[in-house]
Amino acid sequence: MECYFDNSATTSPLPEAVDAVTKALTENWGNPSSLHKVGDAANELLEASRRTLAGAFSCKPAEVYFTAGGTESNNIAVFGTVEALKRRGNRIITTAVEHPSVEEPMKRLEAEGFDVVRLPVDGAGRVSEEAIFGAVNDKTILVSLMLVNNEVGSIMPVEAAAKALKRAKAPGYVHVDAVQGFGKVPVGPKALGADLISVSSHKVHGPKGVGALYVKKGTRLVSPVLGGGQEEGIRSGTQGMPAIAGFAAAVEKGILDRDLSQSIAHVTALRDTVKEAALSVDFGAINSGDDALPYILNLSLEGIPSEVLRNYLSDRGVYVSTGSACSKGHRSTVLTQMGLEARRIDSAVRFSFSHTNTLEEAAYAAAALKEAAGTLRRG
Amino acid sequence: MKEIILIKNGELALKGLNRGTFEDMLIRNLKHQLKGILECDISKSQSTIYVVPTEEDPDMDAAAEAVSKVFGIARFSRAVVAPKNMQQIVEVSGKYLKDQLAEVKTFKVEAKRADKNFPLKSPEISRELGGYLLKNNPHLKVDVHDPDICVTVEVREKYAYIHGTQAFGAGGMPVGTAGRAAILLSGGIDSPVAGYMMAKRGVNLVGIHFASPPYTSDRAEKKVHELAAEVAEYAGRIPLFVVPFTEIQEHIKDDCPEEYFTIIMRRCMMRVAEQIARKQNCGALITGESLGQVASQTMGALQCTDSVATLPVFRPVIGMDKTEIIELSRKIGTFETSIEPYEDCCTIFTPKHPRLRPTLEACVEAEQGLQDLDAMVERAADGAKLVVIDPVRY
Repeated sequence: MECYFDNSATTSPLPEAVDAVTKALTENWGNPSSLHKVGDAANELLEASRRTLAGAFSCKPAEVYFTAGGTESNNIAVFGTVEALKRRGNRIITTAVEHPSVEEPMKRLEAEGFDVVRLPVDGAGRVSEEAIFGAVNDKTILVSLMLVNNEVGSIMPVEAAAKALKRAKAPGYVHVDAVQGFGKVPVGPKALGADLISVSSHKVHGPKGVGALYVKKGTRLVSPVLGGGQEEGIRSGTQGMPAIAGFAAAVEKGILDRDLSQSIAHVTALRDTVKEAALSVDFGAINSGDDALPYILNLSLEGIPSEVLRNYLSDRGVYVSTGSACSKGHRSTVLTQMGLEARRIDSAVRFSFSHTNTLEEAAYAAAALKEAAGTLRRG
Repeated sequence: MKEIILIKNGELALKGLNRGTFEDMLIRNLKHQLKGILECDISKSQSTIYVVPTEEDPDMDAAAEAVSKVFGIARFSRAVVAPKNMQQIVEVSGKYLKDQLAEVKTFKVEAKRADKNFPLKSPEISRELGGYLLKNNPHLKVDVHDPDICVTVEVREKYAYIHGTQAFGAGGMPVGTAGRAAILLSGGIDSPVAGYMMAKRGVNLVGIHFASPPYTSDRAEKKVHELAAEVAEYAGRIPLFVVPFTEIQEHIKDDCPEEYFTIIMRRCMMRVAEQIARKQNCGALITGESLGQVASQTMGALQCTDSVATLPVFRPVIGMDKTEIIELSRKIGTFETSIEPYEDCCTIFTPKHPRLRPTLEACVEAEQGLQDLDAMVERAADGAKLVVIDPVRY
């Protein structure tokens, strides 16, 4: 049996997404900026795709911009808003546990002299509302928070950011990195209080190489990507239509046509099966908080190094990751920030589920986990 | 918690005996604008209109946004409904206002007691609720002179309504109360703004667009559909007539002196527009002309265009600077669409040196070259394609 439990790294493309990609490569391959019928057809596909994404955000189509993925969305959001507002303030708020595609831009801005405040997380990997209110002052130009942490699944109180900015009468914008939340929880800008939201296609059963950035109408943004002015100048470069069409198909079929709360219940059952197996081992521990999104379960079989457990499970067809797939070879920042002991961190693995996983798969993985505990522990 | 929208209508209150008609029109427009967004009952009582949701899980954000675009509304507020006893008023308010209060530092409470049988007097209601909110939101301070938010409690006949600061409505008069007029939509920045401004004064809009394929593209026409849909968010449904204008433009180019091209084209547009407008029972034409902006918009040129129209021509942006027009187009949301770069019928065949101060006599003289002008105008007006444009719904 093969069980893919690394859905936070990437997901298997839906057949509908694959079809849409193929169609855009074979039948409708024009450049949407071309002003003839071939271009018109491509442009219609582009705008239809935009409407689909707008449906997922509950926003206007003109507020959706296609990008090359989550990383590019985050870079454009962070650099673009800071560039636009830099004359109005110097403070930028983020968390200590952001994805590198936010953290690395923050490091550069810090080096340029911006006052970057990284909010700490508690033992469950969550920043507090009070910390957000406390950090925002009237010179704050950006609050950039992840909606769901990619390693432990903690859900951040992002909706406090907009309130904090208003209370402080600050000029700033709210950016939410919703890459791990998209398709799992609603990501409407109104509920999140966000001016900008990043999402990625390949985390929601679409093709790789495409993402989207929601930008609220009227938001000032100076894009770091310069070129032909496509996507209203926010992301220049000919739109990657095959991937965009596949993304829209995945969103249509995999998100809009699905009951998210029903999926949460299903995924909770999967998560609990694995969780119980880990806890049945006397050196097993759960690193994700109790309130974490059930799609992500971070656990440790203390004493068994992460890599060893991952390889053992992989040999048995159970695919999980050690920390974040994006940062191999480092001790997890998130788990360190949560105050976990080195021993626990060094044996942490991440199960990340999809609504497409089955209970049989979870049971199989649970059995493999127990077997690993019985075989691998040394000392 | 049941949330409703309370609407105070502005200028309407001044309309004396006509007030009832105006209010009925406003309610009709509200129903139209909320269709597909909110299932609700709309009723009026004492210069307040109540929008009360009848569905299970109403999207009040979307409803409030729709209401904010209906002309004839001065101010409105989203309010929570509470039973008429102080204990409940306090509890419901605390819960309902939590998010709004998190955004501010100072507040005050105002009470209006329409029902004089309510046991507490207005100042007592304010004091009680204010004390409770203060206790439960430690970051808050009271500021009676210049608060960030003013919490209002209205104790009315059946229920008490509690709301935060009122929002400004779109102002103006209900669409339909001032009759019907035809707006010439080119696809530029100015004409959607002109349409918006006349709709604000209660005018029902009919759209007219001139298309000249192959000189103009499908996308230029689509852009105008989009612009009309954006204006329709305020003005309601717009029937848009797309006029085949190629024949006329080619003839003007071939048969008239070059420096008169634009002015003669404008005169032809007016002639076609007037025919359509009359058939559509319009009482006026509307254009987005601004004095002196381009050669065809000088006083002399306007005299030349007006002389072919018998209907009055409204030019609401005539005295506005380009920057002011742009500011308004950004506010109403048409700017981004307007600046999409497609050729429209006003920008093709334009002469290098148009006549800046054409005289009417010279215009008429220059037009002599056009054979069968009346027949061409009629063909264009009759050949217009009707596209019904509904407001954009998200």
